[in-house]
Amino acid sequence: MTDATLNTSGAPRKGSLHVQDARTTRRNRSEARFKGYGIAAILVGLFFLAVLAVSIVRSGAPAFTRTVVDVDFTMTAAQVEAAESELFKTKAYQTVFIDALKSQLDESGLEVEVDNAAIERLLGKIGGDLRTFYANNPDQVGETVSFQLPASSRVDGYLNGRITRDSLENSRFLMATDLDLVDALQEAGIIKGAINWTFITGTDAGVDNPGGAGLGASVVGSFFMMLVVLFLSLPIGVAASIYLEEFAPQNRFTDLIEVNISNLAAVPSIVFGILGLAVFIQFMHMPQSAPLVGGLVLTLMTLPTIIISTRASLKSVPPSIRDAALGVGASKMQAVFHHVLPMAMPGILTGTIIGLAQALGETAPLLLIGMVGFVARGYPDGIMAGFTEANSAMPAQIYTWAARADASFYEKAWGGIIILLAFLLTMNIIAIILRRRFERRW
Amino acid sequence: MPLFWLIMIVLAVAAAGYFLGRQRALASAGGNTRHLHSLPSYYGWNVAMKAAVPAFLLLIVWLLVQPVYINSTVSGMIPDRTVADNASRGLVMAEVRRTAEGLDNAVAEGTMTRDFASDMRADITDVTQRLKDAGQIVTSTVTQPVLNAAQRYRVMNATGTLWMSIAVIVLAFAGAFRGLREAHSDFRARNTVEQGIRAILIGAASIAILTTVGIILSLVFNTIEFFRLYPAWDFFTGLNWAPSFSGRGGSSDLGVLPLLWGTFYISIVALAVAVPVGLFSAIYLSEYASPRVRSVAKPMLEVLAGIPTIVYGLFALLTVGPLLVSVFGRDGLGWMQSGTAVMTAGLVMGIMLIPFVSSLSDDIINAVPQAMRDGSYGLGATRSETIKQVILPAALPGIVGAILLAASRAIGETMIVVLGAGAAAKLSLNPFEAMTTVTAKIVSQLTGDADFASPEALVAFALGMTLFVITLGLNVFALYIVRKYREQYE
Amino acid sequence: MYDAPTPENRVTDQTIKFSARKVQVYYGDTHAIKDVDVDIADNTVTAFIGPSGCGKSTFLRCLNRMNDTIDVCRVEGDILLDGEDIYDKKVDPVQLRAKVGMVFQKPNPFPKSIYDNIAYGPRIHGLANSRADLDEIVEKALRRGAIWDEVKDRLDAPGTGLSGGQQQRLCIARAVATEPEVLLMDEPCSALDPIATAQVEELIDELRQNYSVVIVTHSMQQAARVSQKTAFFHLGSLVEFDDTEQIFTNPKDERTESYITGRIG
Repeated sequence: MTDATLNTSGAPRKGSLHVQDARTTRRNRSEARFKGYGIAAILVGLFFLAVLAVSIVRSGAPAFTRTVVDVDFTMTAAQVEAAESELFKTKAYQTVFIDALKSQLDESGLEVEVDNAAIERLLGKIGGDLRTFYANNPDQVGETVSFQLPASSRVDGYLNGRITRDSLENSRFLMATDLDLVDALQEAGIIKGAINWTFITGTDAGVDNPGGAGLGASVVGSFFMMLVVLFLSLPIGVAASIYLEEFAPQNRFTDLIEVNISNLAAVPSIVFGILGLAVFIQFMHMPQSAPLVGGLVLTLMTLPTIIISTRASLKSVPPSIRDAALGVGASKMQAVFHHVLPMAMPGILTGTIIGLAQALGETAPLLLIGMVGFVARGYPDGIMAGFTEANSAMPAQIYTWAARADASFYEKAWGGIIILLAFLLTMNIIAIILRRRFERRW
Repeated sequence: MPLFWLIMIVLAVAAAGYFLGRQRALASAGGNTRHLHSLPSYYGWNVAMKAAVPAFLLLIVWLLVQPVYINSTVSGMIPDRTVADNASRGLVMAEVRRTAEGLDNAVAEGTMTRDFASDMRADITDVTQRLKDAGQIVTSTVTQPVLNAAQRYRVMNATGTLWMSIAVIVLAFAGAFRGLREAHSDFRARNTVEQGIRAILIGAASIAILTTVGIILSLVFNTIEFFRLYPAWDFFTGLNWAPSFSGRGGSSDLGVLPLLWGTFYISIVALAVAVPVGLFSAIYLSEYASPRVRSVAKPMLEVLAGIPTIVYGLFALLTVGPLLVSVFGRDGLGWMQSGTAVMTAGLVMGIMLIPFVSSLSDDIINAVPQAMRDGSYGLGATRSETIKQVILPAALPGIVGAILLAASRAIGETMIVVLGAGAAAKLSLNPFEAMTTVTAKIVSQLTGDADFASPEALVAFALGMTLFVITLGLNVFALYIVRKYREQYE
Repeated sequence: MYDAPTPENRVTDQTIKFSARKVQVYYGDTHAIKDVDVDIADNTVTAFIGPSGCGKSTFLRCLNRMNDTIDVCRVEGDILLDGEDIYDKKVDPVQLRAKVGMVFQKPNPFPKSIYDNIAYGPRIHGLANSRADLDEIVEKALRRGAIWDEVKDRLDAPGTGLSGGQQQRLCIARAVATEPEVLLMDEPCSALDPIATAQVEELIDELRQNYSVVIVTHSMQQAARVSQKTAFFHLGSLVEFDDTEQIFTNPKDERTESYITGRIG
């Protein structure tokens, strides 16, 4: 066919437009194929996004609930006295509790074996907790108290399907027979799910206590860090951008700064961690693991981003505004601070929020300056302590959980990610709203 | 918090100076602002600026210099024989600081009197015991030189802080007075203030340079320190990475090549995922997609870029790893031992880089002038022919730049490889094997309990230096290409 | 609102290449072209003139469906090429554009060598069987573009390195290389200096031997110099279409007269 269409004479080729020639058909097929690759690429990207979202939600949601055993329980003064006179005092309390539990099950008409060891596997050694409670609240002796005792993470796992009867291997943590007990308790409405406030408000717990681990302290750590980042990077970033965009003469010093900023924006975050470790901790002897230091490191890391976006918003203010201000006799400085800066402010704030969101999710540099999860053992007492006392941050806490051997912590890590993403989402939505609201077209 | 109060005092002086300066200027003009050279507030700002800025500068410099000065003085006091027993002077100094802090806290809690704490002849065991009583963590044996050094450290610190407070406050007042003296109607206050603001702006812009200098200095000094303990040749050419775990050094093999290999292998896998998907997405979005599809698909893809890397790390460790094992593991093809592998980390990193590649390429493809497309369509080319033969060749330099930037991202990425790639340094070609990277080892060497002065910890700085040089090279080159490319079409 | 001159009355001995009837073009809600009827003859240079924004370029771009690349653009009415509706569903715009070549306002050589610029069209349409064929096509196109002598020694040099006038002639040669039957030119000289303009105009006159040429121009002098037929557009309508001489010496419509005497536009 190429021969037929090769027309070297220059005379008009005849051939109906309404008939597609073979070559065009072939070319159209290759066109469709190529377009298909593009659609496939987009779909692959969206597919990954969907898988990521599904695994976060599915794996993370259980972290927000926990299983509790709800028992109405009365302990008379005589029982307390008897227990206190035993050699194994806590065990005695436990026996009383188990008897109460048994009778509650009997009331519901359920027949199951309840033994001490099984209860310990399900609820942990509760005798100590009971004894402490009655020692601290002597007035409750003889009254009916409703106890909500958290069940072990493996019971959690059974109830939300992570552990099944088939997959269960008998161990000192959980036996197959215990599951009958759990089923009975569930039927009697004694065992049930509750919102796990400990996870949202608590602090990190030891390696052996995944149920007691919470993100609260690290949220506070992240918050103080973000305060440092906001109050340092916004003014410094804006000042630097104003200088570079409005005042800087074209010289080698300015060039040097520009090159520096664009390169710093692409330096791996871990290098900033090394900088923080060497300069702030080794050289200046600032406290290790402190949100203040974390904030300083993240400030240095975020500055280039903020400077780049701030300069873009300053640039988008048309020069006619500057000319107008200069025309009525304002100084250059006044023109910038009275007119250009306020007009660029929405853009600057948007850029800053996005920079902060980036900093909030950053993990690697924090690990190097010691803000690992297990230092988040308590809430700071006071504002100043919030900056200087050892604490962790959300992503570092999540990392610590993910790195632990016990798989029960994985659920916490996913749950932590949901909280972290909720914060990021909020920040981004605020940024989008700001942009929509104040977007100006010149 | 004396530092807090010091800052407050300076701010108070500045605030008072502002009002006084404003008033004085107004008074000198007989209350008529029209007779003033500048607006009254500028006279106030002039005073406030002159009070606060030099005082704060002095404060910052002092805070930076004092610990260094005290450290070097005190560390000179410690006799060499004490150091010889221990690993390094740095370790002894850490103990000195800890002891000094313990003494401070003990005094604060009242278990020690001020005099006792600074008594040079105090009995070692007595002091140690009292420190322990006060709940202060001290090593079981506080030696005499350490105690004396700690006491000296405390004294120097206290005097230093006292002098600092005095100097800063005096400077603040001096500045305020100077500003007040100037507050006359014919003083060009606005110009002075604007000069000051300009200086502050330049200072802020210079922080970028300071950061780079800080990065380079902290890497260079510690790297030199490392090469003093461990031969540079062995580091750069060693095929074996096996740090000893004792943290005291001695028999570690610290060759960087297995780490570099792991880094590049994972990055290549990541780019093999991200470049085709990202590039084709960009092509589709910029050349084919209707505005509606574009306005939905583009932000959706960019969500992937806004997700923190720790999320990807967890995704690699807990979702992708097990998934790959179920296909390539013992129950499947039998190529994979465990979930952490080059493939796992590379795949997830690739997902992370998709929006990075696609939005950079999108910008670059859009920068190709419409006239090129028109020219090609006008000749009867299909869209794909136009893209393949006109747009992509024209955009090639820019796309290469974008890919290099993505590569630099991949090489510097930390959390995904820390969680997804494994910990064993290996020189292997099997992508289903666990390997480790430069960044992962920086984290593990610096978060372990190795002593900061040991080669096992210092090697992290040499690794950091390697990483910095590689990524910087890539970035500078890529940014240069991209800038040249943009200039071509501007 | 006005009586469209019936082009049938002015058919000369030449065959009709394009014939357009009741053509409407919309950009979103804007009605850019209203009821345009025109016949374009073979081996003739037809000029479209009119003030800017009058729709002459838009109409030109309808003739090889370049408007398809703009999402919001919609074309109604009939445009026939050799009696076949080019907006028919069966027509592949790619095939159409191979028959109806186009030269743009700004010279737009591809960032490739001069040779590859010319060879691009023949390659995608499969016009050459061998390298020798292609060489021949390229040489012929460059000769027809009246640029062969200037570039024959540097065919591997980038096309973007040529001067503006040379670039435009290269683009014309590129359009000619695919052996089109009609050549559309959208203000081909607006980015050129007077000397380059003269060269291109001379070239257009030669091209008339083989092609039907449609040229949009801002310059009435140019229209008068190169064209045999002239169409005057105003506010999206075709006001007058006649022999060029007729239009410039004895316009029928007063708007045409105002325009050519410089009172509007």
